[in-house]
Amino acid sequence: MSIQDQTAPANDTGKKMSAEGKAPSLAHIRNFSIIAHIDHGKSTLADRLIQICGGLTDREMKEQVLDSMELERERGITIKAQTVRLKYSASDGKDYVLNLIDTPGHVDFAYEVSRSLAACEGSLLVVDASQGVEAQTLANVYKALENDHEIIPVLNKIDLPAAEPDRIRQQIEDVIGLDASDALEISAKSGLGVAEVLEAIVQRLPAPYGDLNAPLKAMLVDSWYDAYLGVVVLVRVIDGKMAKGDKIRLMSNGAIYQIDRVGVFQPKREMCDKLSAGEIGFFTAAIKQVADTRVGDTITGEKRMTANALPGFKPAQPVVFCGLFPVDSAQFEDLREAMGRLRLNDASFEYEMETSAALGFGFRCGCLGLLHLEVIRERLEREFNIDLITTAPSVVYKLHMTDGSAQEMHNPADMPEVVKIDSIEEPWIKATVLVPDEYLGSVLKLCEDRRGRQIDLSYAGSRAMVVYELPLNEVVFDFYDRLKSVTSGYASFDYEISAYEVGDLVKMSILVNAEPVDALSMIVHRSRSQQRGRVMCEKLKELIPRHMFQIPIQAAIGGKVIARETLSALRKDVTAKCYGGDVSRKRKLLDKQKEGKKKMRQFGRVEIPQEAFVAALKMDEN
Amino acid sequence: MKNSFGIYIHWPYCAAKCPYCDFNSHVKRELSEAGYLASIRRELGYYAALSPQRSVTSIFFGGGTPSLMQPETAGRILDIIAGLWPVEPDAEITLEANPSSVEADSFAGFRAAGINRVSLGVQSLHDEQLQFLGRLHNAAEARAAIAIANANFDRVSFDLIYARPGQTPDDWRAELTEAVSLAAGHLSLYQLTIEPGTAFYRLHEAGKLRVPGDDAAAALYELTQELCNAAGLPAYEISNHARPGEEARHNLLYWRYGEYAGIGPGAHGRLILPEGRLALSTEPDPAKWAALVNQQGNGLIHRDRLSDQEQAEEMLMMGLRISNGLDLSRLTAITGYRIEAEALEMLEGDGLIQHSPGAGIVKATRTGQLVLNRLIETLAGRLQRAEHALT
Repeated sequence: MSIQDQTAPANDTGKKMSAEGKAPSLAHIRNFSIIAHIDHGKSTLADRLIQICGGLTDREMKEQVLDSMELERERGITIKAQTVRLKYSASDGKDYVLNLIDTPGHVDFAYEVSRSLAACEGSLLVVDASQGVEAQTLANVYKALENDHEIIPVLNKIDLPAAEPDRIRQQIEDVIGLDASDALEISAKSGLGVAEVLEAIVQRLPAPYGDLNAPLKAMLVDSWYDAYLGVVVLVRVIDGKMAKGDKIRLMSNGAIYQIDRVGVFQPKREMCDKLSAGEIGFFTAAIKQVADTRVGDTITGEKRMTANALPGFKPAQPVVFCGLFPVDSAQFEDLREAMGRLRLNDASFEYEMETSAALGFGFRCGCLGLLHLEVIRERLEREFNIDLITTAPSVVYKLHMTDGSAQEMHNPADMPEVVKIDSIEEPWIKATVLVPDEYLGSVLKLCEDRRGRQIDLSYAGSRAMVVYELPLNEVVFDFYDRLKSVTSGYASFDYEISAYEVGDLVKMSILVNAEPVDALSMIVHRSRSQQRGRVMCEKLKELIPRHMFQIPIQAAIGGKVIARETLSALRKDVTAKCYGGDVSRKRKLLDKQKEGKKKMRQFGRVEIPQEAFVAALKMDEN
Repeated sequence: MKNSFGIYIHWPYCAAKCPYCDFNSHVKRELSEAGYLASIRRELGYYAALSPQRSVTSIFFGGGTPSLMQPETAGRILDIIAGLWPVEPDAEITLEANPSSVEADSFAGFRAAGINRVSLGVQSLHDEQLQFLGRLHNAAEARAAIAIANANFDRVSFDLIYARPGQTPDDWRAELTEAVSLAAGHLSLYQLTIEPGTAFYRLHEAGKLRVPGDDAAAALYELTQELCNAAGLPAYEISNHARPGEEARHNLLYWRYGEYAGIGPGAHGRLILPEGRLALSTEPDPAKWAALVNQQGNGLIHRDRLSDQEQAEEMLMMGLRISNGLDLSRLTAITGYRIEAEALEMLEGDGLIQHSPGAGIVKATRTGQLVLNRLIETLAGRLQRAEHALT
């Protein structure tokens, strides 16, 4: 499943950022990105370009150089933006500098994508010649067009028997509205047509504009923590230059730093004297943490400042929240440390301590989206070896109180008394699904079931494009999983946050043996509460083992029970024959039982297995 | 009861191994009866030195199939015991026996040797069920053996296994009704359990043996209580029924957490010595056990001092099995532990226990008995040191 989004309307382009009509000396520079769906060959093409331009020797050439994080390579996605500077001698006899920015390829990082695109003047649109355009590709192309990009369509995997370049070319024109008549036909894998790609970049993409003599103006594209260099900041210089020893200012917070180093990636890190208008590179400046640097910020000189900051800057805004608790409560301190270390490198997620009666001590984490959340959870488990329990993801609700005040709510546990709430707003998204038409009915049903409002339904060949408005809280639970399962994995999905809307939202509590289990409570739309409550109770009835007593499992809104299941009491568990010789053996069994108890969470008198908390949230409604 | 002291003698051999049995029993005799007797003699001598100044209130020959030994061997063992400790005049001396005709023929000899109670492994009163259970006797032999036992001994008990595959409440009602009419004063009625290491376990794992589910087994248990109560044989323990006064005193010693010595291969004992309450157990393999006795004077392979908490847990495990329940003041006196009052109230509220604060007795109710393992687990988790308790 691929997801892509366009949050910030980014009208600021390289051209508009600079003084008009200046800096002809930038004619040898091309800044571009590659837009592609997962598996359509973006990384392979990037590797080929690097290879042809001699950035790396064959021996150094590792498969898919740019996705350097293990997780990124595994999932086929890019989380951090990366750049590479290529030296290319074109057929016109001139030498060019080509800067490729590899963008994060996921809707959760939509803002980061928009900044990366804003740092370039053009894009390669890479489409699998047999698969065609996917939802994610579509969203990114629109974002590139908003940034006034010149776009070169590239049909990849042209050498495969299933390739249908003519059909796909037509599809690009139909679906995106882009002239694809001069689309390049290549095979990134075999290298076929890749040389033509480089020529097209030089000939068809515009050179950047910029004023070398103007005060420094640069865009902060991304930043990360490096064990040797500290915080490394990736920048696109618009006007002026930055050199080692210069003092710079971050315009969002006024912080001033002295530059230690400047350099470029080729793709290996190379130090250089300075970065000038039109160029893309990095600097370090004794910046302590990644959180001090904000993507999209404008960097200028300490004294000689640019008159206007770049438009489109906004601080990272977590969209999805959930609780993360260590399975073994003794690992809480380890988790705290791991969170701190992750945050060093990822300023876009935030966390605060949370206490749950059911799960003990943990953290409430705010993430850019579900994939971001999953990436964080996986990194914590994998890199720091901590087993985690994840609670129901929640979106950010806006509460309007009867006293006229307003507040945000990230955690259903924080829901104030209902009488004090005037109204609750929830975020809605605009979702685009591309799906082979035999699955269209299932997709429409899924969207309708999730309170969706159909905006558009159109066809491109044998595929339907469905656009729906959906409440985000219906999507964060298991929408992706359901979509994948009802379409056998053939749908592609993309969304953008559209607006906040008032909804008839209620807090549904889950009571096990009359005790509320805070980790299972959730905010739901009243019209959906009955069904969600019933599914939840049924799930829990399967997941909680029988006890010596009967256990009512209830879903309630306020004091009103809306669904109920009864877990009947255990009928029989008794050793028939027990004599003197069995005492020792029975005592050992008792010790084993005590061990087993550690894997359960005591709630009131009921022991709930840890896996129940996660499993209960997977709503299979069919 | 305070002065009760029991001796358990383990005879490790059987004519055949039953498919449900996980007890320490062996078919191939590597140890002669004389050799067995010699080792028992030495081991009894060891225990007499270890725990003198006790009067023997019960002796139990278990196994294995101790009725396979010569009655003279049993007589010699009883003589040895009487030479080492005073034996109470009314001591209960039980022999486990199989109802085959050969063994029934030896009942008179055992009676003469000093045995005054037998416990017959009847297991079923249906031929095909006896075959399924791997027994060597048939139903007619079982009935005859009960009659011979009744003629020879004042006190007779027999065992039945129920909740067998496919057994309906009606089947069981008929079988138990006959059993009750045959019973002198004591019946042991065990639900079939599938124990690891048995032939039934392998069949069960392979899906070739289906035992009644919890609900069906619970219903059969209820039926058992109903029929036995009506016949004047109420349960005094989870699986044991007796006319009042006919309870097995030796087994009550285990359940009341008394003192007993375990003699022979794979025997367990609990002895109160100056160093504390010890859990003792011997080498299960008969030949190795005999060699060990020869070498060190006893067959012990474990001799562990039980902590206060372990003792408290054992008292819970055993004491809640009997209908008279567990004496809480005795629990505290012996172990220094008590059960949190809140837990008792809670479980009483669930109808799982009866607890009379004045009498200081806690008993499992019928419902509680059926889930006794869980009940014990819960109570064991709510043990607290008495000095920390404020109420």
